[in-house]
Amino acid sequence: MDTFFITIGVILGLLTLVCLYRVVAGPTILDRIIAVGAIGNKTTAILLLMGMLFGGRLEMFVDIAITYALLNFIATLGAAKYFRVRKSIVPGSKYLKERGIT
Amino acid sequence: MSVMSIVSILFIAGGTFFFFGATVGLIRFPDFYARMHATGKGDTLGAFLVVLGIALYNLHNGLELGSILTSIKVVFIAIFIFLANPTATHAITKGGLDSGVVPWTKEKTK
Repeated sequence: MDTFFITIGVILGLLTLVCLYRVVAGPTILDRIIAVGAIGNKTTAILLLMGMLFGGRLEMFVDIAITYALLNFIATLGAAKYFRVRKSIVPGSKYLKERGIT
Repeated sequence: MSVMSIVSILFIAGGTFFFFGATVGLIRFPDFYARMHATGKGDTLGAFLVVLGIALYNLHNGLELGSILTSIKVVFIAIFIFLANPTATHAITKGGLDSGVVPWTKEKTK
């Protein structure tokens, strides 16, 4: 059963690396944010798998996984609210003046 | 190999399959909204299944109080992901729409 958990963990790690491509090469900033969110979901699963591999001592890792899921959610919500108010994803102040925001 | 172990293996393998589908969608879809469509659903179900499978497998050697409490916490993580991930998807998609990200279309025919 440990072999199964290690296999799943390695597969999820490789998928995390594939998601990291979208973080580096994403055309817009929103692509990067959603790719970081996907990496955070996979990290929650990997943390719990690591807890199973630690000789069944899952209770050490559960709180870390809860914290990671909460931070992931709050980071995405913060970015969403920021871009809703800013009304532009282009950096620089020129586009903000065109839209009438300071 | 008890029944609970086999069920949890099925859950974890299915969750990994959904994670794989979500990652392929995140890499290959053409624009932000389509990528959101892939990751918003695939990642939610994948994380839910993997975390639920781990919570089941944690109970495989006897029902003790400590392992039951740990499993309840893990199920809380699963429920939280199932509620929070679609909410985050909705919020970031609305943010993208309000900030003027143009949806992808096919080549415009004149």
